[in-house]
Amino acid sequence: MTHAVDARDRYVAEFRRFAENGAGAGPGWLKELRQAGIERFAAVGFPTTRQEEWRFTDIAPLTQTPFTLPTAPDTEASPEMVERVLDGPTGARLVFVDGGFRPELSVATGLPSGVKLGSLGDAVRRDGDLLAAHLGRYASVERNPFTALSAAFLREGAFVHVTRGVSVEQPIHLLFLASGAAQGRMIHPRNLIVLEREAQATVVETYAAEDAGPHLTNAVTEFAVEDGARGRHVRIQREGDGAFHMATSQSHQGKDTSFSSCSLAFGAGLSRHDVTAVLAGTGGLLLLNGLSVLAGRQHVDYHTTIDHARPHCESHELFNGILAERARGVFNGRIIVRPGAQQTDSKQTNNNVLLSEAARADSQPQLEIYADDVKCTHGATIGPLDPNALFYLETRGVGAEAARQLMTYGFAADIVSRIDVPEVRERLDRLVRAT
Amino acid sequence: MQPMLEIHDLHANADGREILRGVDLVVHVGEVHAIMGPNGSGKSTLAQVLAGHPGYTVTQGFVRYEGQDLLDMDPEERAQAGLFLAFQYPVAIRGVTNAYFLRAALNAIRKTRGEPELDPIDFLQVLEEKLQAIGWDDSVVNRPVNDGFSGGEKKRNEILQMAVLEPKLAVLDETDSGLDIDALKTVAEAVNRLRSPSKATVVVTHYQRLLNYIIPDFVHVLVDGRIARSGGKALALELEEKGYDWVKPEPAVA
Ligand SMILES: Nc1ncnc2c1ncn2[C@@H]1O[C@H](COP(=O)(O)OP(=O)(O)O)[C@@H](O)[C@H]1O
Ligand SMILES: [Mg+2]
Repeated sequence: MTHAVDARDRYVAEFRRFAENGAGAGPGWLKELRQAGIERFAAVGFPTTRQEEWRFTDIAPLTQTPFTLPTAPDTEASPEMVERVLDGPTGARLVFVDGGFRPELSVATGLPSGVKLGSLGDAVRRDGDLLAAHLGRYASVERNPFTALSAAFLREGAFVHVTRGVSVEQPIHLLFLASGAAQGRMIHPRNLIVLEREAQATVVETYAAEDAGPHLTNAVTEFAVEDGARGRHVRIQREGDGAFHMATSQSHQGKDTSFSSCSLAFGAGLSRHDVTAVLAGTGGLLLLNGLSVLAGRQHVDYHTTIDHARPHCESHELFNGILAERARGVFNGRIIVRPGAQQTDSKQTNNNVLLSEAARADSQPQLEIYADDVKCTHGATIGPLDPNALFYLETRGVGAEAARQLMTYGFAADIVSRIDVPEVRERLDRLVRAT
Repeated sequence: MQPMLEIHDLHANADGREILRGVDLVVHVGEVHAIMGPNGSGKSTLAQVLAGHPGYTVTQGFVRYEGQDLLDMDPEERAQAGLFLAFQYPVAIRGVTNAYFLRAALNAIRKTRGEPELDPIDFLQVLEEKLQAIGWDDSVVNRPVNDGFSGGEKKRNEILQMAVLEPKLAVLDETDSGLDIDALKTVAEAVNRLRSPSKATVVVTHYQRLLNYIIPDFVHVLVDGRIARSGGKALALELEEKGYDWVKPEPAVA
């Protein structure tokens, strides 16, 4: 208990330093958002395993580590490191190292007119009205203690804005790197993606670390998909084993929209990802997929919420977990069907394969259905690789170990193959083969 | 001539229960054998024991394949040595496409034959040829193995695998069941096209109708875990006419 109070005081003190250190000079709306964030955090503090939402994920190792904000900008990251992480050429991309925007590693050309792509820091100056209208509106400070901290320490991240009717063909990459200098630091990337009516875009977020010691990444992404728009979001987390990775992704869909989200967790010692998708207009289609591939003592906790707020929407959710050695996976899939959201069609599946006796997975569906004319199904599996399938492969001449690898790959490919952007899918296919 | 397959007095258990109770069977190169019998008589168990399913324990007898002790080999070694089992119930492999799986299997087998591995492009060419040879399109190639396949597609897929892997001894376990007459004919044609004087086939079937299209040299009737009767293709017609009850009271013939 005292630990938790100490930790809370530490973050409040860190916020005071942050506010005195130039952050107090921002526009009024930003100051208010930050203030609301720290007040909310001071009121609720860090969660404990006594709270239902955090029952399986003990963040004590995180709260006990005194992380501080990065001070001097880092100059470590080389273009080669960026190439290595991205594995292949990209078009437009924004690169952030230890939380700081690195324009010299970024590319913002080749995009159609009507697209704004830049750092949030720049956008605060240039597009204040747009930010004020959207930031914190979806992932509010009340969402969880980490969105509160994100608002409090809000400074940098990516801003993507696509004007009405504009289609962006090439995927936009957002790359967040932790360098050796990230050790002991906390980084709060904050991203806002807005697709105006009938716009289309694909955004790929990657969080990666090379040789970074323990640090905290607390990333929040808000993705607004306005009426008739079509968005795709891929989020790849491959931080180092020492990292704590807290994440919130929140999408908000208007009428007749389609949105696909795929979250992949390969890294971090302890990670928690809250994915919330709100279907706020009729005729929305949502594909919410995820994959975790973990080993050692890694722990991942995916809490997803699909909020069917309006009628005639469809959601398909598929999360696969591959857990080796002593890894632990948690999946909580909440589906809310609001009163009046008739003709909702929602399907949730969570499959976990345990590659060792010591690996563990917990899966819980959480259905809250307040309408009567709906179709909602859910299912979960937890277990070792199917011995009959292994035998089947062996009878085709594939050795036992190769058969296990093939099936494990298939479990990952089951998710990756659903990404309908070939360039991104192929990149991820290489990544899962190498994992 | 040394038989390709020699099964002698084979007894096998599952879950402590004896299912095979002394099976004898000899298959020479170039031959087609049919094994018939009522449901539950042990046909699939025999096929699975030949393929090396770990769920069955052999308690007595031996199996020689090309002079080797088959029961002493791992399932993949049996496949690499040219044995192929078309499953009665093919298993789905989530996320692994047929093309990817077949290339992995073919390369594993080629490796033991001392042949170079095929890259994806060379392999696609092989696959294309095989599909053409058996007269099928490539609609199943990029779908995950047997995942969401219809019953007929699964059976077809077993035959496609057989065509690609080119086994010496193929055991087809009820590859005809659940197929309509057109699909049955296609499967039979594919099997006939793969017939060769240097190979052998064991066709396990509950019904005689497949044997109108795949003409066997020998027919055996398996009842209660034993070969109760053996004969030529006329035996299949007799079974069709009289049913299996007619075989049951007879003592096993040597
Ligand atoms: N793995 C197993 N465990 C327990 N019983 C089995 C197993 N496999 C088959 N059996 C039993 O053995 C008998 C023969 O089954 P099977 O070989 O599938 O027959 P067939 O293929 O001739 O229909 C059946 O009674 C079946 O229930
Ligand atoms: Mg059978």
